[in-house]
Amino acid sequence: MQALPENEPASPQLEAEQHVATTSHSRWRWLVIAVPFLWLLVFFLAPFLMVFKISLSGQVLAIPPYAPQWDWATGLQGLQAFWQELSLDNYIWLSEDELYWKAYLSSIRIAGMATLLCLLIGFPMAYAMARAPKRMQPLLVMLVILPFWTSFLIRVYAWIGILKTEGLLNQFLLGLGVINEPLVILNTNIAVYIGIVYSYLPFMVLPLYATLEKLDTSLLEAAQDLGCPPLKTFWTITLPLAKPGILAGCFLVLIPAVGEFVIPDILGGSETLMIGKTLWVEFFSNRDWPLASAVAIVLLAILIMPIMLFQRQQQKSAEVGL
Amino acid sequence: MAKKPLGPVRRTFSPWEEPSNQPFIEFQSVTKTFGDHIAVDNLSLKIYKREFHALLGGSGCGKTTMMRMLAGFEQPTSGCILLEGEDITRVPPHKRPVNMMFQSYALFPHMSVWDNIAFGLKQEAFSKREISARVAEMLRLVKLEPFARRKPHQLSGGQRQRVALARSLAKRPKVLLLDEPLAALDKKLREETQIELMNLQEELRMTFLIVTHDQEEAMNLADRISVMDAGHILQVATPGEIYEQPSSRYVADFIGDINFFECTVKGMNASVATLDSAELGTTLQVEVGEKPQLGSSVTLAVRPEKLRISFEKPEGENQNILQGEVWDIAYMGDVSIYHIKVSQDHTIRTIVTNTTRLVERPITWEDKVWLAFDYDAGVLLTA
Amino acid sequence: MTQRSSWFNITSLGLGFAFLYLPILILVIYSFNASKLVTVWGGFSTKWYAELWQNQQLLDAAWVTFRIALVSASLAAVLGTVAALVLARFGRFTGRTLFSGMIYAPLVMPEVILGLSLLLLFVAVGQERGFWTIAIAHTSFSMCYVAVVVQARLAGSDRSLEEAAQDLGCPPFKTFFVITLPQILPGILAGWMLAFTLSLDDLVIASFTTGPGATTLPMKIYSQVRLGVTPQINAISTILIGLVTLGVIIASLLAKRQRLAQTKRG
Repeated sequence: MQALPENEPASPQLEAEQHVATTSHSRWRWLVIAVPFLWLLVFFLAPFLMVFKISLSGQVLAIPPYAPQWDWATGLQGLQAFWQELSLDNYIWLSEDELYWKAYLSSIRIAGMATLLCLLIGFPMAYAMARAPKRMQPLLVMLVILPFWTSFLIRVYAWIGILKTEGLLNQFLLGLGVINEPLVILNTNIAVYIGIVYSYLPFMVLPLYATLEKLDTSLLEAAQDLGCPPLKTFWTITLPLAKPGILAGCFLVLIPAVGEFVIPDILGGSETLMIGKTLWVEFFSNRDWPLASAVAIVLLAILIMPIMLFQRQQQKSAEVGL
Repeated sequence: MAKKPLGPVRRTFSPWEEPSNQPFIEFQSVTKTFGDHIAVDNLSLKIYKREFHALLGGSGCGKTTMMRMLAGFEQPTSGCILLEGEDITRVPPHKRPVNMMFQSYALFPHMSVWDNIAFGLKQEAFSKREISARVAEMLRLVKLEPFARRKPHQLSGGQRQRVALARSLAKRPKVLLLDEPLAALDKKLREETQIELMNLQEELRMTFLIVTHDQEEAMNLADRISVMDAGHILQVATPGEIYEQPSSRYVADFIGDINFFECTVKGMNASVATLDSAELGTTLQVEVGEKPQLGSSVTLAVRPEKLRISFEKPEGENQNILQGEVWDIAYMGDVSIYHIKVSQDHTIRTIVTNTTRLVERPITWEDKVWLAFDYDAGVLLTA
Repeated sequence: MTQRSSWFNITSLGLGFAFLYLPILILVIYSFNASKLVTVWGGFSTKWYAELWQNQQLLDAAWVTFRIALVSASLAAVLGTVAALVLARFGRFTGRTLFSGMIYAPLVMPEVILGLSLLLLFVAVGQERGFWTIAIAHTSFSMCYVAVVVQARLAGSDRSLEEAAQDLGCPPFKTFFVITLPQILPGILAGWMLAFTLSLDDLVIASFTTGPGATTLPMKIYSQVRLGVTPQINAISTILIGLVTLGVIIASLLAKRQRLAQTKRG
């Protein structure tokens, strides 16, 4: 909308036209916002409310296997009856059976450990990428992204052949004479660490690279010029300035890794307790939908803080990007 | 900052004229190549203690590479760099007693002004008390005491520039390197800061090396200027010498405005050479130190302000006289630049100070005028 | 000093990429193994590939997966682009925080939660499960990836072009189609490809939201993986990896050609 000069009286007709334009413009605006907004409300937010509702129900042998059901036809009275039948039994069950909270704790431990490993492996890689010749950098970024495009399941599967007792890693190490007996790695937590680090490494490297690449090298030169040795420069300048990238990378690895199912299921063993797997078993094997829902709600409650921190950070960096 | 005590009067300072003086910084046949590109080509330069030296040249002339080699960020491909007679060529940047003020200022964004200034001091064995005292002193020096706790992004451009200056001065380096320090400031602030820099250098008795592409800045600040082009130093001299006695056509053209006349040497008489100018269709006289070869092609260079313009044919001895027509006038406020058409395709620029107001301009478009310049006003260039 | 740090850099890159690529490489090599034992080399053979063509169930699953990926990626590209536009160009509006929250959260949300919640929604509204429920589920989470990719592209594009178009009298809606869209098209294509592969890959969400008759390839592979490593899975994995690599290479070549054309024009 171009503003009219104030001292020039606008003709009534022009004013009317402008008014129409403004309202139709804002109507369009709301329509454009509404399409993705409604989709997300229906297919992202509403399902969570469903999960929450069903976590308060009980398991029954029926289709669907939970009760109470809320029958639309019974109206307000039905709603009241429905309301009274909801209970916190599933949550009480979760808190009483140590299997569950052990699974939560162990998930957080395994994911945290894997995140740390990711950072330790990913940082030198990202740093080296950011310091590589400018014309090579797009290729290096592409090489980091490429594995991410290939199937997650297949990449996890690839490790079975490498890690199992008669697998390639053991063949290799035995051949070199480093070990005398094959290592047992597959179906242990170590295999899960390897699987998570392997699958999530690109999520760590890319945000790290993005911040390190933007780092003004004259800052590092300035530090050295003022007498700061290279290693100390890394600690006092590079690392603090890479903090947004480190945080983004850690969130991107940690949050999904806590609820990971495929990796512990394929690479982990009976000792591997992870909540994603627990939920899967409750749902598919035990067909206890309400309990699985309760497990999901508690998992969400655990992850909500890091998720919100992650969002705030993403928004901040998106705004800086603008 | 209207009423400020003026700094001390700058005395004559010319240690380079005494051959027995030891240079403070010395580049000895330094060459730096990047792949196929020769950035600095077998270059030698002596800079003296307490000198304010400027490296002046266009982009890509090698001036920044020279400074980065002195700071230690680049290693010379061959040759060496001495500081107080000591070879520092292989000393890493963090161990050199040289500090640099970066063009981008390179202020650490996650540290306050105070921490930025203290950064260099914290790298040495200074006590906490000494550090605070020194930082306070620096803040006072650059008049930023109220901003000590601010982060760099909360400062204006001029304030950031002063933080960068304070940070590089805090360690009292033997040499302060300034990489286009004023490029990001607006004109007025730049002029103020130039004066501050000069006073600071006088006060701290330090050696300053500035890299700039701005000839006015170099003339204004430096004791001596090295004019650089394509990895070579074309001339090292005081601003006055560079302006009045340029050694080559490139230097003459790079610094200030100038008229060139292509001539051939026709004769020599005592210290005055007679030149034949085909484009002007006349002969010109010029006083020379070294005698040029008879018949050789030379260029006579004359600064516009050395030309006098008048309606009457000028009287008097020892001056060249040309006739022409006012072709264009560029009004600059304090002065006007007149373009005088002296032949079919040749104009000469001359500067007239606007001592009267514009409406009364006596000489105007298409006027027939006379131009005159003394025999010793022109410079004969053979390169 | 510089020498040492550059050696360190090269080593860490070398080791990092070896870690990323060796397992995939080994998988591909062993898909040509004549021996049924996956870890013992028994000579070169392509018999597992030939066997794949006999496996009608696997081929059916692949076809279903491909169709789901096509539908969900296209839907996600449209919805994601609109969402990115809203985030990058619409300024403040009521519910913006919730909106951007719903865009970023699925990126990190564990898949088991997404899968379970969508299934419960479909059950609650009495929706028959199968092809379309999987497609909708995939659209919902991959549109967020598209939105993020396109938003980055929008943030990098020159806003004054749009302002210039409007200044010259082009209405906002038309401006989008003639100015903005051509600029962000590479981003949308990248987003579409991302959504396509995400859908192709997904096991967890598909397992929750599937119904009778809609078995996807990852589900098929997963059920076989649980029984142990077989050369046939190596073979199908190799084909998938090959297809994706080919797609990525073609896409990057196209992007490069476009960049070159742009710099020539500019």
